[in-house]
Amino acid sequence: MALLQMQRIYIYALKKDRKQILELLQRRGVVEVRKMLKEDKVFSRSDYSTVRQSLEKNIAIADESLAVLNNYVKEDHSLLASLQGRKELPVEAYDSFKEKYMPTIDKAKRIIELTKYIAECRAELSKLQTQVEIIKPWVNLDIPLNFKGTKYTAGFIGTLPRPYTAEEIYERLAQYMPLDVNIISASRDQTCIFVLCLKDHKDKVYEILREMDFALPSLSIDIPPAEKLIQLDQQMEDIQIQIDASIDEMVSYDEYRSDLKFLRDYDTMRLEKYEVLETLLQSKNVFIVTGFIPKKDGASLQEELTAKFTAYVEFEEPKKKDDVPVLYKNNGFSAPLESVVNSYSPPGKGEVDPTMVMSLFYYALFGLMLSDAGYGLLMVIACGVGLIKFRDTIEESMRKTLKMYLYCGIATIFWGIMFSSYFGDIIDIVAKIYFGATDLPIIPPLWFYPVEKPMLMLTFSMAVGLLHLLTGLGMKGYQLIRRKDIKGFIYDVVFWYAILISSAILLLSMKMVTDILGISPNIPDTAVDAAKIAFVAAALGIVLTNGRESRNPFKRFLKGLYALYGLSGYLSDVLSYSRLLALGLATGIIGTVVNQMASMLAKGVVGTIFFIIIVVVGHLLNMAINLLGAYVHTNRLQYVEFFGKFYEGGGNIFKPFSIKTKYYKIKESS
Amino acid sequence: MKEFLNESGVFFAVLGAALAALVPGIASAKGVSKGGITAAGIITEDPSLFAKALILQLLPGTQGIYGLIIAFITFAQIGVLGGSSDISLVKGLLYLAACMPMTIVGYASAIRQANAAIASMGVLAKRPDQFGKSMIFPAMVETYAILALLISILAVSGISGINI
Repeated sequence: MALLQMQRIYIYALKKDRKQILELLQRRGVVEVRKMLKEDKVFSRSDYSTVRQSLEKNIAIADESLAVLNNYVKEDHSLLASLQGRKELPVEAYDSFKEKYMPTIDKAKRIIELTKYIAECRAELSKLQTQVEIIKPWVNLDIPLNFKGTKYTAGFIGTLPRPYTAEEIYERLAQYMPLDVNIISASRDQTCIFVLCLKDHKDKVYEILREMDFALPSLSIDIPPAEKLIQLDQQMEDIQIQIDASIDEMVSYDEYRSDLKFLRDYDTMRLEKYEVLETLLQSKNVFIVTGFIPKKDGASLQEELTAKFTAYVEFEEPKKKDDVPVLYKNNGFSAPLESVVNSYSPPGKGEVDPTMVMSLFYYALFGLMLSDAGYGLLMVIACGVGLIKFRDTIEESMRKTLKMYLYCGIATIFWGIMFSSYFGDIIDIVAKIYFGATDLPIIPPLWFYPVEKPMLMLTFSMAVGLLHLLTGLGMKGYQLIRRKDIKGFIYDVVFWYAILISSAILLLSMKMVTDILGISPNIPDTAVDAAKIAFVAAALGIVLTNGRESRNPFKRFLKGLYALYGLSGYLSDVLSYSRLLALGLATGIIGTVVNQMASMLAKGVVGTIFFIIIVVVGHLLNMAINLLGAYVHTNRLQYVEFFGKFYEGGGNIFKPFSIKTKYYKIKESS
Repeated sequence: MKEFLNESGVFFAVLGAALAALVPGIASAKGVSKGGITAAGIITEDPSLFAKALILQLLPGTQGIYGLIIAFITFAQIGVLGGSSDISLVKGLLYLAACMPMTIVGYASAIRQANAAIASMGVLAKRPDQFGKSMIFPAMVETYAILALLISILAVSGISGINI
């Protein structure tokens, strides 16, 4: 339950060491650079936006070329590959990349150029293909398509929109003999014809043909169609050869894929360096880095910098108005949940880190909602295998996610055993069908079956909820004490503890309530009396003190009354934990339904196969949907009910100047 | 006549169970489909948001499952899944009434939850880093479906103990 302490850091050094110092800072990744000093006559900030723009352009080119390359040569991208993490490279690889830098950019540009060229070629190819389609019906014509006639004759080459025979056309044109009508080709949609007539009859013949919806071909070529077809085929072949050559060239770039990736990472690193460079104060010979550093890293960085360079490092406690960045420090059990806190909001100024306390409840609540030992076991196996198999290379964030689900899985197994749920009631079903067992259940629950005693489960859920809420209120108290606000502690925490606990005792002493809940607590009369007194006193205290920020006594009293009304809020908060029962039952009942459906078929070999299929598919589905439910609602209980009592957040996560690459990480040679 | 009335109880009990499975199921289908349409739009812009969009899409799907639970518990209680199904008319009507909270609230809340989920997808599209918060808004709507489920579970499992 803690955050790392931060310090302000000032590094003064000579400009000639600037590159090395910045690269060292980037590799160490322990300083968040912030502007802390003002510009003056000697020290000023410089603008590097042109360099940054060209770097951003290079990153975009590298990304695009990699995406293009991936279209032609698929990279192995299995699900497990994402667990693999980034590849480690020694520092020398970074230093020696300079020589490869320009050629790699050229290659990236060439890849993008090639893909454009291939696209153009393909467009050209399809254009030629259309031409071929148009010319094909004319292939038997041995004169050019744009033939109009000779000195004494007129020629018409074109199409009619339905099948015709030569006789039909002769019939129509009979009065303008002599004629020559040729059907070049005919299909269901069109007839390609060539009509030759005397020049004198040209207009009349054309008119009649027009009446028959005669149309000129959409292409005009001055060589016979058959020749044109050969030409087109030749052209298409040439283009195809060019496309193939381009693709071959593209594929040959596959071996430079790692260079392209490195280019992307290299320029990403440089980009961040230039962004930092813009915030630095620089004079003619000196530059100053300012920012925050975790206290524990201060000394070693100072030592390293002063040993290697002419530099002076200074530390200072954060100022009051500083928006100090937040870096968590948790043990391996709680650390996986930092991301859950982050997605609500990192701790704000003066707040404690709630991760540790939250983790105790988070895993337990998650387990209660999923509550099936079989599903828990699957989670543990899946996460455990991932963690062990990739233990050396896995990224830290992925490791934390897997660990979180590992612990959630363990909690799920625990509650599954308590409530005897192993893939629903699969053990009993199998034992009954295949082994004829009659002495059911095979494994009785360690505690009870929630389906049989829903009221007990409800009571338990609400008790868990009350404990969770009281812990949240306790956290508020802890924070108030840390701020030395003793009055606030008594008014806002002690009074509320008193009223909540006394009202719980009073409720449990009512016969009606215990009848509903189905429990019979024996509360001694003295305790009930004490609770009554405590309730009245605490209620009075709340009414009198909870409106204390108002000066007007009447307003103060009203505000106090309204605060007391907040008791109903606690009631609805506690009721909200009934989702533990609902979601827990949902898992168990759907699992049972799946098993029952499967068991109806389980007769003989074929039936057994169906039984297995239904059980596997059904349980995977049930597990997926309930995992989702458990995750969402555990978060909700933490965010709304628990954090609502004490936590606001609003802090900023520590974002050190570091190497934020996509494909490679730099291995330090120590 | 009296005999007929006494035997027709099972009809109303099954009617209640069927409604509990049917009505929230329809609403969940509507809600999930609405969410799916929006999610598909987001994926065209940024395919990496698939998993998160899927979570938001599935949120209104739970009401259908809750309805199924009520239907199943009712079946188990009235002996449709094996055992005798000898139920008086009054008891049958009681089962029908007990199924109503889940039936009605399940329907209404699934559609309202889908609206909230779609709004949250808007958040996801513009600010993917705020997914944690955006997920909570639709989850708030679910509370009422859970409360209805709770009452229906308690009522259905309580009725068998009543001696009428």
